[in-house]
Amino acid sequence: MQKFLKIKNMKVAITSTGNSLESTIDQRFGRCAYFVVYDTESKAMEFIPNPNKDAEEGAGPASVQLVASRNVKKIVSGEFGMKIKPLLDSLKIQMIVLKEPEKRIKDIIEMLNH
Amino acid sequence: MSPRIKVIRKVSNPPVIKGFKPYGPESGKQKLEPVNLLYEEYEAIRLSDYDILNHHQASVMMGISRPTFTRIYASALQKIAKAFVEGRQFSIEGGKVYFDSDWYHCKKCGCYFNNPEKEKPVNNCPLCGSQRVDKFDYENTYEDIADKACYDMCICPDCGFEQEHQYGQPCSKQICPHCKSFMKRKGSPNCRNF
Repeated sequence: MQKFLKIKNMKVAITSTGNSLESTIDQRFGRCAYFVVYDTESKAMEFIPNPNKDAEEGAGPASVQLVASRNVKKIVSGEFGMKIKPLLDSLKIQMIVLKEPEKRIKDIIEMLNH
Repeated sequence: MSPRIKVIRKVSNPPVIKGFKPYGPESGKQKLEPVNLLYEEYEAIRLSDYDILNHHQASVMMGISRPTFTRIYASALQKIAKAFVEGRQFSIEGGKVYFDSDWYHCKKCGCYFNNPEKEKPVNNCPLCGSQRVDKFDYENTYEDIADKACYDMCICPDCGFEQEHQYGQPCSKQICPHCKSFMKRKGSPNCRNF
């Protein structure tokens, strides 16, 4: 039963530069424009504008809170700041670093569905 | 005034046991509260007395300052001494820590990812599902990885069987599993037909 529940919740957050499937992956995590929360099971997705886009400091930890409140298990981004890794490790969220700025959200979702 | 927020301490691996119990005829007669050793205190003992690092090196490993490390270490010794002398159990739990995770690299999509759940081995890339993942260590610089990343194929000149080329292993020493002849690099001038 527990295993079943674990499989059910497979949400992935992707950092995005815009709010459409055609927009590209944002190379920063804390100050990205949008988060795309994609559920690999139900194929549902949600675009969340990042309130910390222009934050002076502490954008990373605040974004972690926002994403973690959505029960995300993986995060795809171009880069993660130095304050993020301890936080995500303690929350058991997986980080995926993809250094390809021209990749579109559509492509990444396709890759996730492998 | 509220106290200063504690830095999250880095612990490389969770301890193999959850605690210790005293044994002998007198043990367990008095119902004593167990001593609670925190994860960071366990890690301090491990780094300083098992790995024999000095406090400065150990503090860097845990991502805290040297004085903080010394304080954690002192409190760990105090707790262990208390458990020894008074014959108490001690349990290892709690503390403001995170467990360090290892990084992996996928050769197919070129992404890097970590594995926050140590219990599960990494077999597939979480992004593209490819099995071509390997451990990424910090000592290898990016250029090293670019050198070793090889997407060439080895090909058998007789039957056309292809396999991925392994870095550092010459194609001409590889043997085709089907017709037992030596392989060639695909696309090289001495590789005819294919």
